[in-house]
Amino acid sequence: MNFIGKVVVLLKEGVFDPQGVTIKNALHNLSFSQVSRVRTGKYFEVEFEADSESEAENQLKSMCQELLSNPVIEEYSFQVETE
Amino acid sequence: MKFGVVVFPGSNCDHDCYYALSQVVGVETTLLWHQERDLKNCDAVVLPGGFSYGDYLRTGAIARFSPIMDSIRQFAQAGGLVLGICNGFQILLESGLLPGALLPNRSGHFICRFVYLRVENNRTPFTSLFQLGEVLKIPIAHNQGNFFASSTDIRSFLDNRQVVFRYCDSRGEVTEVSNPNGSLESIAGLTNCEGNVMGMMPHPERSAEEILGSTDGKKVFQSIVKWWEEKEIARK
Repeated sequence: MNFIGKVVVLLKEGVFDPQGVTIKNALHNLSFSQVSRVRTGKYFEVEFEADSESEAENQLKSMCQELLSNPVIEEYSFQVETE
Repeated sequence: MKFGVVVFPGSNCDHDCYYALSQVVGVETTLLWHQERDLKNCDAVVLPGGFSYGDYLRTGAIARFSPIMDSIRQFAQAGGLVLGICNGFQILLESGLLPGALLPNRSGHFICRFVYLRVENNRTPFTSLFQLGEVLKIPIAHNQGNFFASSTDIRSFLDNRQVVFRYCDSRGEVTEVSNPNGSLESIAGLTNCEGNVMGMMPHPERSAEEILGSTDGKKVFQSIVKWWEEKEIARK
Protein backbone atom coordinates (compact mmCIF):
# COMPACT_ATOMS: atom_id res chain seq x y z
CA MET A 1 0.00 0.00 0.00
CA ASN A 2 1.10 3.57 -0.67
CA PHE A 3 1.05 6.05 2.17
CA ILE A 4 1.69 9.74 2.67
CA GLY A 5 3.14 10.67 6.01
CA LYS A 6 2.54 14.27 7.05
CA VAL A 7 5.08 15.30 9.67
CA VAL A 8 5.32 18.51 11.69
CA VAL A 9 8.51 19.23 13.64
CA LEU A 10 8.55 22.04 16.22
CA LEU A 11 11.10 23.22 18.74
CA LYS A 12 10.32 21.81 22.17
CA GLU A 13 8.60 23.99 24.74
CA GLY A 14 11.27 25.96 26.52
CA VAL A 15 13.68 26.00 23.57
CA PHE A 16 14.07 29.59 22.37
CA ASP A 17 12.75 30.16 18.85
CA PRO A 18 14.23 33.43 17.51
CA GLN A 19 12.44 33.07 14.15
CA GLY A 20 9.10 32.75 15.91
CA VAL A 21 9.79 35.87 17.99
CA THR A 22 10.89 37.84 14.91
CA ILE A 23 7.76 36.81 12.99
CA LYS A 24 5.55 37.69 15.96
CA ASN A 25 7.13 41.15 16.08
CA ALA A 26 6.57 41.56 12.32
CA LEU A 27 2.90 40.63 12.77
CA HIS A 28 2.67 43.26 15.50
CA ASN A 29 4.15 45.78 13.06
CA LEU A 30 1.36 44.84 10.63
CA SER A 31 -1.03 45.75 13.48
CA PHE A 32 -1.96 42.15 14.32
CA SER A 33 -1.43 43.11 17.93
CA GLN A 34 -3.62 40.22 19.10
CA VAL A 35 -0.82 37.74 18.27
CA SER A 36 0.73 36.49 21.50
CA ARG A 37 3.08 33.83 20.18
CA VAL A 38 4.41 32.31 16.94
CA ARG A 39 6.17 28.94 16.83
CA THR A 40 8.13 28.05 13.72
CA GLY A 41 8.91 24.55 12.56
CA LYS A 42 9.16 22.25 9.58
CA TYR A 43 6.58 20.33 7.59
CA PHE A 44 7.37 17.19 5.57
CA GLU A 45 5.29 15.00 3.28
CA VAL A 46 6.85 11.56 2.94
CA GLU A 47 5.50 9.16 0.33
CA PHE A 48 6.30 5.51 0.97
CA GLU A 49 5.08 1.93 0.82
CA ALA A 50 4.13 -0.26 3.78
CA ASP A 51 2.10 -3.42 4.34
CA SER A 52 -0.40 -1.84 6.70
CA GLU A 53 -1.28 1.42 8.36
CA SER A 54 0.26 0.40 11.66
CA GLU A 55 3.43 -0.66 9.84
CA ALA A 56 3.43 2.73 8.06
CA GLU A 57 3.11 4.53 11.40
CA ASN A 58 6.01 2.55 12.85
CA GLN A 59 8.20 3.33 9.86
CA LEU A 60 7.35 7.02 9.97
CA LYS A 61 8.03 7.16 13.70
CA SER A 62 11.52 5.76 13.08
CA MET A 63 12.12 8.32 10.33
CA CYS A 64 11.13 11.11 12.72
CA GLN A 65 13.35 9.82 15.51
CA GLU A 66 16.39 9.03 13.37
CA LEU A 67 16.47 11.95 10.96
CA LEU A 68 13.51 14.30 10.59
CA SER A 69 13.77 15.66 14.13
CA ASN A 70 16.60 16.19 16.60
CA PRO A 71 15.28 14.85 19.92
CA VAL A 72 17.54 17.18 21.92
CA ILE A 73 15.67 20.29 20.77
CA GLU A 74 12.64 19.25 18.70
CA GLU A 75 9.37 17.37 19.01
CA TYR A 76 7.38 15.83 16.18
CA SER A 77 3.83 14.84 15.37
CA PHE A 78 2.50 13.10 12.27
CA GLN A 79 -0.45 11.57 10.55
CA VAL A 80 -0.45 8.81 7.97
CA GLU A 81 -2.83 8.87 5.03
CA THR A 82 -3.39 6.32 2.28
CA GLU A 83 -2.61 7.65 -1.17
CA MET B 1 52.15 13.26 13.11
CA LYS B 2 49.58 13.55 10.35
CA PHE B 3 46.34 15.55 10.23
CA GLY B 4 43.36 14.94 7.97
CA VAL B 5 40.89 17.70 7.07
CA VAL B 6 37.55 16.38 5.85
CA VAL B 7 35.98 18.03 2.81
CA PHE B 8 32.17 17.84 2.65
CA PRO B 9 30.18 19.42 -0.15
CA GLY B 10 29.70 22.94 1.20
CA SER B 11 32.71 22.98 3.54
CA ASN B 12 34.39 26.37 3.14
CA CYS B 13 37.03 26.45 5.87
CA ASP B 14 38.69 23.23 4.71
CA HIS B 15 41.54 24.95 2.89
CA ASP B 16 42.01 27.48 5.70
CA CYS B 17 42.48 24.56 8.12
CA TYR B 18 44.75 22.80 5.65
CA TYR B 19 46.85 25.98 5.29
CA ALA B 20 46.99 26.69 9.03
CA LEU B 21 48.09 23.13 9.80
CA SER B 22 50.48 22.49 6.93
CA GLN B 23 52.01 25.96 6.44
CA VAL B 24 51.65 27.78 9.77
CA VAL B 25 51.98 24.93 12.26
CA GLY B 26 54.10 22.93 9.80
CA VAL B 27 52.60 19.48 10.33
CA GLU B 28 51.85 16.93 7.61
CA THR B 29 48.23 17.39 6.51
CA THR B 30 46.00 15.83 3.91
CA LEU B 31 42.47 16.54 2.70
CA LEU B 32 39.96 13.70 3.10
CA TRP B 33 37.01 13.63 0.69
CA HIS B 34 33.75 12.81 2.46
CA GLN B 35 32.94 9.93 0.10
CA GLU B 36 36.12 8.09 1.13
CA ARG B 37 36.29 5.63 3.98
CA ASP B 38 40.08 5.61 4.31
CA LEU B 39 41.47 8.03 6.89
CA LYS B 40 44.93 7.62 5.27
CA ASN B 41 46.66 6.83 8.59
CA CYS B 42 45.89 10.24 10.03
CA ASP B 43 46.52 10.71 13.74
CA ALA B 44 43.99 13.52 14.10
CA VAL B 45 40.97 14.50 12.03
CA VAL B 46 39.51 18.00 11.65
CA LEU B 47 35.90 18.58 10.57
CA PRO B 48 36.05 22.13 9.20
CA GLY B 49 33.50 24.94 9.13
CA GLY B 50 31.17 25.81 6.32
CA PHE B 51 27.71 24.83 5.19
CA SER B 52 27.85 21.10 4.53
CA TYR B 53 24.94 20.03 2.33
CA GLY B 54 23.70 23.62 2.35
CA ASP B 55 22.58 23.23 5.97
CA TYR B 56 19.60 21.27 4.63
CA LEU B 57 17.21 19.92 7.28
CA ARG B 58 19.42 21.01 10.20
CA THR B 59 23.06 22.11 10.29
CA GLY B 60 25.24 19.00 10.09
CA ALA B 61 22.26 16.65 9.84
CA ILE B 62 23.05 15.25 6.39
CA ALA B 63 26.85 15.25 6.61
CA ARG B 64 26.64 12.63 9.32
CA PHE B 65 25.61 10.11 6.62
CA SER B 66 28.74 10.66 4.51
CA PRO B 67 30.75 7.42 4.22
CA ILE B 68 33.77 8.96 5.96
CA MET B 69 31.71 9.51 9.11
CA ASP B 70 31.56 5.74 9.72
CA SER B 71 35.36 5.67 9.74
CA ILE B 72 35.54 8.77 11.95
CA ARG B 73 33.11 7.20 14.43
CA GLN B 74 35.30 4.09 14.69
CA PHE B 75 38.42 6.25 14.89
CA ALA B 76 36.91 8.32 17.72
CA GLN B 77 35.70 5.24 19.59
CA ALA B 78 39.26 3.87 19.45
CA GLY B 79 40.54 7.09 21.05
CA GLY B 80 41.48 8.99 17.87
CA LEU B 81 41.62 12.78 18.09
CA VAL B 82 38.75 14.58 16.37
CA LEU B 83 38.29 18.36 16.28
CA GLY B 84 35.07 19.85 14.89
CA ILE B 85 35.10 23.58 14.15
CA CYS B 86 31.83 25.49 13.67
CA ASN B 87 29.90 23.37 11.14
CA GLY B 88 32.23 20.54 12.16
CA PHE B 89 30.96 20.95 15.75
CA GLN B 90 27.39 20.83 14.42
CA ILE B 91 28.19 17.60 12.53
CA LEU B 92 29.71 16.00 15.66
CA LEU B 93 26.53 16.81 17.61
CA GLU B 94 24.23 15.44 14.91
CA SER B 95 26.40 12.31 14.70
CA GLY B 96 26.10 11.74 18.42
CA LEU B 97 29.88 11.95 18.87
CA LEU B 98 29.25 14.92 21.16
CA PRO B 99 26.20 15.59 23.34
CA GLY B 100 23.81 18.54 22.98
CA ALA B 101 22.63 20.69 20.08
CA LEU B 102 23.21 24.11 18.54
CA LEU B 103 20.26 26.46 18.08
CA PRO B 104 20.01 29.65 16.02
CA ASN B 105 21.74 32.60 17.71
CA ARG B 106 19.61 34.34 20.33
CA SER B 107 19.79 37.60 18.35
CA GLY B 108 18.57 35.98 15.15
CA HIS B 109 21.62 37.39 13.36
CA PHE B 110 24.63 35.82 11.71
CA ILE B 111 27.58 36.94 13.86
CA CYS B 112 31.09 37.32 12.42
CA ARG B 113 33.59 38.94 14.79
CA PHE B 114 36.37 38.32 17.27
CA VAL B 115 35.28 37.01 20.67
CA TYR B 116 37.18 36.17 23.83
CA LEU B 117 37.30 32.65 25.25
CA ARG B 118 38.40 31.45 28.64
CA VAL B 119 40.21 28.13 28.90
CA GLU B 120 38.20 26.05 31.38
CA ASN B 121 40.23 22.87 31.06
CA ASN B 122 43.84 22.71 29.90
CA ARG B 123 44.20 18.98 30.49
CA THR B 124 42.82 18.05 27.08
CA PRO B 125 44.71 17.24 23.86
CA PHE B 126 43.30 20.47 22.37
CA THR B 127 44.41 22.86 25.11
CA SER B 128 47.65 21.34 26.42
CA LEU B 129 49.66 24.52 25.66
CA PHE B 130 47.30 26.91 27.46
CA GLN B 131 47.13 28.01 31.07
CA LEU B 132 43.94 27.33 32.97
CA GLY B 133 41.87 30.52 32.79
CA GLU B 134 43.90 31.92 29.88
CA VAL B 135 41.92 34.33 27.71
CA LEU B 136 42.03 33.74 23.96
CA LYS B 137 40.97 35.97 21.09
CA ILE B 138 39.46 33.89 18.29
CA PRO B 139 36.73 34.83 15.81
CA ILE B 140 33.28 33.31 15.42
CA ALA B 141 31.23 33.27 12.19
CA HIS B 142 27.93 31.50 12.57
CA ASN B 143 24.16 31.65 12.54
CA GLN B 144 23.62 28.65 14.82
CA GLY B 145 26.06 28.60 17.67
CA ASN B 146 23.67 28.80 20.58
CA PHE B 147 24.61 25.71 22.58
CA PHE B 148 21.74 23.86 24.17
CA ALA B 149 21.37 20.72 26.29
CA SER B 150 19.13 19.65 29.14
CA SER B 151 20.00 21.16 32.53
CA THR B 152 20.99 17.69 33.78
CA ASP B 153 23.37 17.25 30.85
CA ILE B 154 24.85 20.73 31.33
CA ARG B 155 25.50 19.89 34.99
CA SER B 156 27.32 16.70 34.03
CA PHE B 157 29.42 18.50 31.36
CA LEU B 158 30.57 20.95 34.03
CA ASP B 159 31.19 18.21 36.60
CA ASN B 160 33.16 16.10 34.10
CA ARG B 161 35.14 19.15 32.96
CA GLN B 162 33.95 18.62 29.39
CA VAL B 163 33.47 22.38 28.94
CA VAL B 164 36.78 23.48 27.47
CA PHE B 165 36.06 27.08 26.35
CA ARG B 166 33.52 29.63 27.57
CA TYR B 167 32.79 33.01 25.99
CA CYS B 168 34.10 35.81 28.20
CA ASP B 169 35.16 39.45 28.04
CA SER B 170 38.74 40.68 27.50
CA ARG B 171 39.42 40.34 31.24
CA GLY B 172 38.21 36.76 31.34
CA GLU B 173 34.87 37.51 33.03
CA VAL B 174 32.00 35.32 31.85
CA THR B 175 28.99 37.64 31.70
CA GLU B 176 25.65 37.87 29.94
CA VAL B 177 27.08 40.57 27.65
CA SER B 178 30.13 38.49 26.74
CA ASN B 179 27.91 35.65 25.51
CA PRO B 180 27.49 36.37 21.78
CA ASN B 181 24.85 33.80 20.85
CA GLY B 182 22.92 32.75 23.95
CA SER B 183 24.80 29.49 24.60
CA LEU B 184 23.89 27.88 27.92
CA GLU B 185 26.67 28.48 30.47
CA SER B 186 28.42 30.47 27.67
CA ILE B 187 29.73 27.19 26.28
CA ALA B 188 31.96 27.75 23.24
CA GLY B 189 33.82 24.43 23.18
CA LEU B 190 33.03 20.99 24.56
CA THR B 191 34.65 17.54 24.62
CA ASN B 192 33.13 14.10 24.92
CA CYS B 193 33.44 12.23 28.24
CA GLU B 194 36.70 10.59 27.16
CA GLY B 195 38.20 13.92 26.05
CA ASN B 196 39.41 12.85 22.60
CA VAL B 197 36.65 14.57 20.59
CA MET B 198 36.17 18.33 20.81
CA GLY B 199 33.76 20.71 19.11
CA MET B 200 34.13 24.49 19.15
CA MET B 201 32.23 27.28 17.43
CA PRO B 202 35.16 29.78 17.18
CA HIS B 203 37.59 29.36 14.28
CA PRO B 204 41.20 28.69 15.38
CA GLU B 205 42.32 28.54 11.73
CA ARG B 206 41.25 32.17 11.34
CA SER B 207 43.47 33.30 14.19
CA ALA B 208 46.67 31.45 13.41
CA GLU B 209 48.86 34.32 12.15
CA GLU B 210 49.67 37.89 13.27
CA ILE B 211 48.27 39.28 10.03
CA LEU B 212 44.86 37.87 10.99
CA GLY B 213 44.82 39.75 14.29
CA SER B 214 45.58 36.88 16.66
CA THR B 215 47.70 33.78 16.89
CA ASP B 216 45.74 32.14 19.72
CA GLY B 217 44.09 29.69 17.34
CA LYS B 218 47.46 28.36 16.24
CA LYS B 219 48.05 27.15 19.79
CA VAL B 220 44.95 24.93 19.62
CA PHE B 221 46.54 23.03 16.73
CA GLN B 222 49.98 23.10 18.36
CA SER B 223 48.43 21.71 21.55
CA ILE B 224 47.22 18.68 19.61
CA VAL B 225 50.70 18.15 18.14
CA LYS B 226 52.39 18.49 21.55
CA TRP B 227 49.92 16.13 23.22
CA TRP B 228 50.34 13.56 20.46
CA GLU B 229 54.14 13.77 20.47
CA GLU B 230 54.31 13.33 24.24
CA LYS B 231 52.04 10.32 24.01
CA GLU B 232 54.25 8.83 21.30
CA ILE B 233 57.38 9.30 23.40
CA ALA B 234 55.64 7.65 26.38
CA ARG B 235 54.50 4.79 24.16
CA LYS B 236 58.04 4.16 22.92
